[in-house]
Amino acid sequence: MSHHIVEVKNLEYCYADGTTALRGVSFRIEHGESVGVVGENGAGKSTLLLHLNGCLLATKGEVRVGDIPVMRETLRQIRRSVGTVFQDPNDQLFMPTVGEDVAFGPLNMHLSPDGVESRVHGALDTVNALHLRSRPPHRLSGGEKRAVAIATVLSMSPDILVLDEPSAGLDPQARRRLISLLSGFKHTKIVASHDLDMILDLCRRTIVMHQGAVVADGPTAALLSDRNLLAKSGLELPLGVQNCPVCGASPSASAIPQI
Amino acid sequence: MHMADALISPPVGGAMWAASIALAAYSARKIEPEIAERKIPLMGVVGAFVFAAQMINVTIPVTGSSGHLGGGMILTILLGPHAAFLVMFSILAVQALFFADGGLLALGCNVFNLGFWPCFVVYPLVFKKIVGASPTHRRLMTGSIVSGVLSLQLGAFCVVLQTLMSGISELPFGTFLLLMQPIHLAIGIIEGIVTAALVSFVWHARPELLELSADRKLEPSMSLKPVLTALAIAALVTGVLLSWFASTHPDGLEWAMFRITGKEELAAPEDGVHATLARFQEKTAFMPDYDFAETSAIQETGIEHSEEDAESWPAVSAGTSVAGVVGGGIVLILAVLIGMSLRLIQRRRGTVTP
Amino acid sequence: MTRIDTAISDIDVLDRLAAGVSPIHRLDPRAKLIVTVLFLLTVVSYRKYEVAELTPLFLYLAVLLALGRVPVLVIARYLLLACPFAVLVAVFNPLIDRQIIAQLGPLAVSGGWMSFVSILIRFVLTVSAVLLLLACTGYVTVCAALDKLGVPRLLIMQFLMLYRFIFILADEASRMLRAHSLRSPDGRGTSLRVWGSLAGNLLLRAYDRGVRVHTAMLARGFDGKFRPLPGFHWSIADSLFVVGSSAFLILVRHGQLATRMGRWALELSA
Repeated sequence: MSHHIVEVKNLEYCYADGTTALRGVSFRIEHGESVGVVGENGAGKSTLLLHLNGCLLATKGEVRVGDIPVMRETLRQIRRSVGTVFQDPNDQLFMPTVGEDVAFGPLNMHLSPDGVESRVHGALDTVNALHLRSRPPHRLSGGEKRAVAIATVLSMSPDILVLDEPSAGLDPQARRRLISLLSGFKHTKIVASHDLDMILDLCRRTIVMHQGAVVADGPTAALLSDRNLLAKSGLELPLGVQNCPVCGASPSASAIPQI
Repeated sequence: MHMADALISPPVGGAMWAASIALAAYSARKIEPEIAERKIPLMGVVGAFVFAAQMINVTIPVTGSSGHLGGGMILTILLGPHAAFLVMFSILAVQALFFADGGLLALGCNVFNLGFWPCFVVYPLVFKKIVGASPTHRRLMTGSIVSGVLSLQLGAFCVVLQTLMSGISELPFGTFLLLMQPIHLAIGIIEGIVTAALVSFVWHARPELLELSADRKLEPSMSLKPVLTALAIAALVTGVLLSWFASTHPDGLEWAMFRITGKEELAAPEDGVHATLARFQEKTAFMPDYDFAETSAIQETGIEHSEEDAESWPAVSAGTSVAGVVGGGIVLILAVLIGMSLRLIQRRRGTVTP
Repeated sequence: MTRIDTAISDIDVLDRLAAGVSPIHRLDPRAKLIVTVLFLLTVVSYRKYEVAELTPLFLYLAVLLALGRVPVLVIARYLLLACPFAVLVAVFNPLIDRQIIAQLGPLAVSGGWMSFVSILIRFVLTVSAVLLLLACTGYVTVCAALDKLGVPRLLIMQFLMLYRFIFILADEASRMLRAHSLRSPDGRGTSLRVWGSLAGNLLLRAYDRGVRVHTAMLARGFDGKFRPLPGFHWSIADSLFVVGSSAFLILVRHGQLATRMGRWALELSA
């Protein structure tokens, strides 16, 4: 299905105060791909993600989701097919209970009460959070909040999942659970993060951004072991690719996903 | 100062609820969907901010006493009158429900006292006039302090009126007023200073957040309708209900006197503030008087009387309803006067800033 | 604990109670809301000297407390803490109104004392009734009931959003305060300058959060209109509750229960 394709052409964006956040970004993401977006703070990752669901509209250039260009007139369709999970789950969870929050999107899609119910149930089931349904968001742990935030987006059954820093603030086990949850999804995934090890686990392809432009786009394993490239982009080698700090041994080949 | 359920009577509570709900419905309608879409999340967080900020006590210089933020003015300055009124409503509701601050029946009073005045009266007529089209630091400070004081004075005055009209408290009008207004002058000054500190901070850090700049584009010039409607509803409902619930044994002499004094006052020549104040006092003072009449009736007939008394009360009688309509009429006239002066000021402002 | 933490834990206590299970919890929230309002109206409709006839209303509270499994101590604590503006005003009544209106054996009681006691009783009745409503229903459900009863939806959404963000903002505020107090060991309060920038920063953060939440809402198809909240099911039990409570309230209001009871007791003893 062509629906799951994301295409960005010569995208430029200037904020109202005149700062240029994106300079000529171009890439094409195919159906079912899982792509990491990495770069230092202020590289333009979040700004880029906000263009994919039309929260920001291009100053110059074009963003297409499937066959549809992202424009003011097409926002409704775009937001149905692109689900965005924001960095701070507290921003994403604004309704008084988990259940109502997960139902928020489907209700805006004018689904029938039964349709809404089955969406809510399905989404919460997917993230193993059915038991949290009637809880208020302020009584969830960080990991639970993250899972529920993902469910709020899944309930709209998007074709494409966009996640901004999904592993930020999670303890190691919650982070691990999140990674295995995400890797189980068949959606096209676009993940922006500083957690390069997670990108290594989750994404076959990576886009490296620096000062609003794409400086590299290719297989994750190759890019994230390129010390020079990472250093230039304000990053460093992920632990999984670094030599052992104790004995200096290089990581076993199995640690790096095969392409 | 929050009005409490224990102090109000059904007519007063009901009238204030009617006025507050009418204002809320009006405000909700006034916030267009396009604006609502942008404003709703802001209303939520800014409301929560006021709630949190109220908990942070501030030490006031010189006096050494501590005060906190009330919120009505800062909300209006940040969100505009309509959104601010709804936010104030929600804050007071949470306080009433979770902290037994005020009460459910008194919520209408509290919303009116603490929301209506700052949002719909003081902000458009005082704050904006002082601050003007091109705000300066000094004007913002002056505007905030003056508005804070005025809002609280008006609110406190309403508390006095509502308490007296309810007739549960024995405090005479003058004494209560002398107790409430100075206390609220102090509280109002603190509120004003605190609001000014906050506004000045935002003004320096992110001036675009102040509603002032966006105001003219987003909100068409403040209509007088809500103000008048709210006052009219409050007056009418209070008057009719009050008389309905009033004693079924009105002392003829008392009523005649009231009618005469009422008319006299209306006919009396108006010479400035003094007359207005005197009329106000007269108008409100008859309520406790009226209550006294009822008390003496009970005294005369003895306690045994109470059974028959309660059964026949409340009862609708032509006499009392007439009294209610007369009372409502007085307040309506007052409302018209306020309305006319508002329109006058409005028109003048219209010529200054087209 | 700072005031913020106390406030949050107060909200929390009622929320936890509301999550409980009891016959009262199971009732339709609209029924509970209606009965609570009727109850409050009944309380405030009494004349100012009424004391005895108010007492039967405690029956209602007692039944709800028991059926709803709400600890009396929670309510009592609120009653003590609740800003007693009413009591403050009531204190003047005995001083001003000294007319003797009742004779209790050798004791002459003035009108002021009667109305003072009456206000205290009203205070306890009204505050407890509202707290009970909340403890047996929950804030969110009360809001949903108000929505179904026709309160403007924008206002309801404001109620809900405020509630949601109080927790986040209170948390941010108390972290800022802690950071401030750790660096000002002798200071008791915050000076105006510090308060201004503390609260100002909190406000700016709140504002930015509002913008982010807005983005998150947009991303999920929000168009400025809120869809109806899930409905409730009105059952026979709810009708019975409303009818029964109303009948009780009318009986209490007009039945002179306390006086009758007193007379009956006197006749019996005579």
